[in-house]
Amino acid sequence: MIEVKNVSKSFNDKQVLNNISTVFEKGKTNLIIGQSGSGKTVLMKCCIGLEFPETGMIDFDNRPFSTVSEKRRTDIRKEMGVLFQGGALFDSFNVEQNVMFPLNMFTNQTLQEKLDRVNFCLKRVNLENVSKLFPSELSGGMMKRVAIARAISNSPSYLFCDEPNSGLDPKTAEVIDALISEITEEYDITTIVNTHDMNSVLQIGQKISFLYKGHLWWEGDKTSILETENAELQDFVFSTELTRRLKKR
Amino acid sequence: MLRLLGEYLILMFETFKKPDKWPVFKRQLMIEFIGLGVDSIGIVAIISVFSGAIVAIQTAYNIDSPFIPLTMVGFTTRQMMILEFSPTIISLILAGKAGSRIASEIGTMRVTQQIDALRVMGVNPANYLILPKITASMLFNPILIIFSIGLGIAGGWFACIFTNLVSSADYIEGIQAWFEPFTVTYAIIKTLVFALIISSVSGFLGYNVEGGSVEVGRASTKAVVYSSILIIFFDLILTQMLLV
Ligand SMILES: Nc1ncnc2c1ncn2[C@@H]1O[C@H](COP(=O)(O)OP(=O)(O)OP(=O)(O)O)[C@@H](O)[C@H]1O
Ligand SMILES: [Mg+2]
Repeated sequence: MIEVKNVSKSFNDKQVLNNISTVFEKGKTNLIIGQSGSGKTVLMKCCIGLEFPETGMIDFDNRPFSTVSEKRRTDIRKEMGVLFQGGALFDSFNVEQNVMFPLNMFTNQTLQEKLDRVNFCLKRVNLENVSKLFPSELSGGMMKRVAIARAISNSPSYLFCDEPNSGLDPKTAEVIDALISEITEEYDITTIVNTHDMNSVLQIGQKISFLYKGHLWWEGDKTSILETENAELQDFVFSTELTRRLKKR
Repeated sequence: MLRLLGEYLILMFETFKKPDKWPVFKRQLMIEFIGLGVDSIGIVAIISVFSGAIVAIQTAYNIDSPFIPLTMVGFTTRQMMILEFSPTIISLILAGKAGSRIASEIGTMRVTQQIDALRVMGVNPANYLILPKITASMLFNPILIIFSIGLGIAGGWFACIFTNLVSSADYIEGIQAWFEPFTVTYAIIKTLVFALIISSVSGFLGYNVEGGSVEVGRASTKAVVYSSILIIFFDLILTQMLLV
């Protein structure tokens, strides 16, 4: 469980996050949705400690994170898996070495144990026979999946995904979404996903936080979002032709 | 300027910490030995042989007085290589080769969020990325410099033989004359300082890239320019301190 308490953040006098308070629940896929520029990435960066809130705090299972020393933060980070928007795979390492990296860094497992774990994770994301390829030899969807495998290889308690399916075709996007939500339930992880894709929202949104111009505007789940009376959220949800047509019926 | 220096020192403070995992550090170090050291052997060899030859020939042509013995050619070539040519010029060349490589590699990792990925995994990116490069440069560059001195002197010998300007015996007598071991120590001290400059300045510039591919290119140019200027500057200071 991650608690965000009264978090505000601004860049050069521009208020990007405005007094956000919410709880991301364990074993659930928590979505942060909102238009481009609404502050989703900044909120996630605050959660993983790449940005720091000006006011407020963020706690991981009652352990303060944003307000403590870098050393204590590092301990909590070892329990995190992060999927960056561009994948951020290490391009000098092949797939196997990428997924093995957190194990090399933070465990004392034998090579065989690490290899078993790597193969298990790669299988889990439906990737086989690619372990010797380098990131530059992979397709976008494969890179995302390798990045997920790397994020889960050291069995994290918290998983962060920034737009996991942007730039992917609808079918692959659905596979990735399903994967994230399965992993979350299977290993009882606290998962946070940034997205502006309504398909993901309806598929995996167990808890949805809607950001609007830096404010937490609405919270609910994938059923209540379709019945909302909130004008800005309606605008967001029914912004495509497809969803508008569905609504009419 | 002062801020830049402050940022540099803070980064170095982060860099010079005990590595998280020794086996990982050793593996990174081996990669850097190859990338920064072994891969530079070729260019160092070519430049050293030719420069030694050139110094020898020029010295020989300039000796037109019968009172100056021809053993001066070997002596001059040796002194030139040890005192200035190998430590300074080769370091300048390495600044171009290794410096741009370090800055662009780390800069690309910065703009593609690989450094962020390291940090959120709980790894200290400066320590993980920069320390092996500094260590590899400081261990391997002295080897390259000794190698360069040897090849330069050999290059001079070849030149003397081929041009028939100086006899082999005179040249060999010359390179053994008035030898002071301290000059080699001086060369190695300079090389160590220059290696630290090249790897840490380039690492710093790459680490702080903001933006995209254009900025990465700019950082790698800056890495070469800044480290070259600093090398010349410290050359002067060290020469004052150690020789005068
Ligand atoms: N480092 C920064 N410096 C200055 N402004 C920033 C910085 N990072 C983000 N911003 C600003 O914060 C606002 C929110 O950005 P953010 O990246 O969180 O949007 P987002 O909701 O993730 O959008 P998208 O869906 O396009 O990824 C933007 O207006 C952006 O210009
Ligand atoms: Mg974003």
